[in-house]
Amino acid sequence: MSAAEETTPRPARAAARPAADRQAPAMDLAALIEDADTRIVVCCGSGGVGKTTTSAALALAAAEAGRRVVVLTIDPARRLAQSLGLVELDNEPRRVDVPGAAGELHAMMLDMKRTFDDIVVSHSTPERAEQILANPFYQTLSSSFSGTQEYMAMEKLGQLRASDTWDLIIVDTPPSRSALDFLDAPNRMSRFLDGTMIRLLTAPARAGGRAGFKFATAGFMVFTRIISKVLGGQLLRDISAFVSALDTMFGGFRERATATYELLRRPGTWFVVVATPEPDALREASYFVDRLSSEGMPLAGLVLNRTHPPASTRLSATRAETAAEAAAEAGDDDPAAALAAGALRVHAERMLLAAREQRLADRFTSAHPEVGLRTVSAAAGDVHDLDGLRTMAEALTGADGDTPTGVPRTRVLPARRA
Amino acid sequence: MSPDFPVRCHVVTGKGGTGKTTVAAALALALASEGRTVLLVECEGRQGIAQLFDTPPLPYEERRVAVTRGGGEVRALAIDVEEALLEYLEMFYNLRRAGRALRKMGAVDFATTIAPGLRDVLITGKVKEAVTRRKDGRRVYDAVVVDAPPTGRITRFLNVTGEMSELTRSGPIKTQSDGVMAVLRSPQTAVHLVTLLEDMPVQETADAIAELTEARLPVGSVIVNMASEPVLPVDALDRAVEGVLTGADLAPGLAASGLPADTDLAEALATEAVEHAQRWASQDALRDRVEKMDRPVAELPLLPGPMDLGCLFELAGRLEEHLGAEVAA
Repeated sequence: MSAAEETTPRPARAAARPAADRQAPAMDLAALIEDADTRIVVCCGSGGVGKTTTSAALALAAAEAGRRVVVLTIDPARRLAQSLGLVELDNEPRRVDVPGAAGELHAMMLDMKRTFDDIVVSHSTPERAEQILANPFYQTLSSSFSGTQEYMAMEKLGQLRASDTWDLIIVDTPPSRSALDFLDAPNRMSRFLDGTMIRLLTAPARAGGRAGFKFATAGFMVFTRIISKVLGGQLLRDISAFVSALDTMFGGFRERATATYELLRRPGTWFVVVATPEPDALREASYFVDRLSSEGMPLAGLVLNRTHPPASTRLSATRAETAAEAAAEAGDDDPAAALAAGALRVHAERMLLAAREQRLADRFTSAHPEVGLRTVSAAAGDVHDLDGLRTMAEALTGADGDTPTGVPRTRVLPARRA
Repeated sequence: MSPDFPVRCHVVTGKGGTGKTTVAAALALALASEGRTVLLVECEGRQGIAQLFDTPPLPYEERRVAVTRGGGEVRALAIDVEEALLEYLEMFYNLRRAGRALRKMGAVDFATTIAPGLRDVLITGKVKEAVTRRKDGRRVYDAVVVDAPPTGRITRFLNVTGEMSELTRSGPIKTQSDGVMAVLRSPQTAVHLVTLLEDMPVQETADAIAELTEARLPVGSVIVNMASEPVLPVDALDRAVEGVLTGADLAPGLAASGLPADTDLAEALATEAVEHAQRWASQDALRDRVEKMDRPVAELPLLPGPMDLGCLFELAGRLEEHLGAEVAA
């Protein structure tokens, strides 16, 4: 080793160590949800990773730990919704009966259109509200605009927090492809609604047809012409009517979105990122972690959901495969040997799968060594009822080393010894 | 040359995580066999096709990504909505230069934002154009395969006239979407649904079939992806499903395998065998549900290791058999 290398400072040395040796810190979700200072927990991640079940399981654990908690779910699977008693979409929290819980569990499912309608109704006169609700552009905006769901989820979160009825709010985020959408969509939408383009476009309507022309450049005239050619003049008229009705109604959309966004930065808010052990889901998780850190938003850690830890890790895949071959050879006419060969192959496949999952987790940890981790096995994450949720809650909040095989819950496979 | 497939526009959808991009790519390879030329279209700007075929990110341009036996080829196109809008403005209004200026102002983004359906019209419009494109009197593409949005959005994506009619009741976009709809509703289009043998994907597949049918869009095959075979012998499988398989049952056979006797290990292997069998049994139950959907079903195996071109060709082989059987039927 050269002299230059010997004097390398510690961090660089740490970075040079093989990734497999670096251990992710454990994430203590039990302490997080029991802490009275924790007021909001946001579960995010890309679509299909189990955000909704994670949110519901954490809420159950919190209620059992004595807290008065509400879980805001976005699009729960039917059976999970039923298990939470969410049969009807009424956009209000409903108490879930949890026998023996020290606290209270409430659950609600977001109805984005209704949330939007409620904002309109509560901020304007009945006549004006009626006018807005009937506007075709408003109807499209409130039901199918990309970003409305995220915007309304934020809005609902703000309302729940403002009511001060719950000491913990757990939020599931909309099923978008990118986890970042939850943070970006509301701003994107409010920027759009408050933006120059829409102001210019609707200026004639708002100012009685004169003031708009002051801003109108030649380029802009071309723009209006094309927009009305492509989309039809009616749409422009609808938008104009909508914006002018909205304008006097309440402070800009942007301020509203900004206020809720700030809520996410206040002390007492924590983010839990959920991913499955798949490259795409972990890539999204990685983006999200970077983003939280640049926004100064606190990250509790990563839930690696649906892992496949083997029931024993003492027999490697290679040795299991070899033993399976030996048993198969011995067992042409021997059902017992054929059975053992099958079981050994199952184990070999399981070890290979677990190794792949561990490798993906290690890769995430090399990029984000400070991020706490908790794995939840596929068996624990398959939730259809309250008992299933309890199993998942246990997997999320149980002590790190408390597993049948002794493999810490931070990992899928035991760490290699140095 | 094998008989021509009646369907020329294959739309592939599925719940997120079911592998619809992989299936779309394999289907394109399958259709490109025997010297055919196939276009594979990506609509969501994820560059998933480029990753699968191990090529640099695709521009908004039809590029060859694979050749198949008999001189066939797959070309790929990643649709960029802005580019598609500019192309559209040029084609219908001769406004390409004005369009470029609009892009600088952020107006294109604005237009697709105020009318989300506009994105879909532009994308499906491009698909329709490729399906119907002719050169020297001959079709340029024997088939077009679309890696479409997921099941939750597929009906809205394809039902362009329905979506746009809420916003625009007349004008060229209306005419354009009517033309697109005529192709999408015709027998030359089929919407294939990719699913895994898991609860939620199967449920979403059933829901999507109902929605598509209601919107009078032609449903093609259900493609079960990543199906696995049971590893345990058949007679043991039932016992394992019941959960009555124990370490003691495995011990005699394990002795024949040359492993030292170890009751803990035998118990662990029994636990894993039971989980495996139960997983397989619940998949098999879902297989029944898929059969009851009354659509042609193709099953693709779970392949070990990372997805590469070799794997794609293997899956394509399976799909080719399925397509052949479909034509024969």
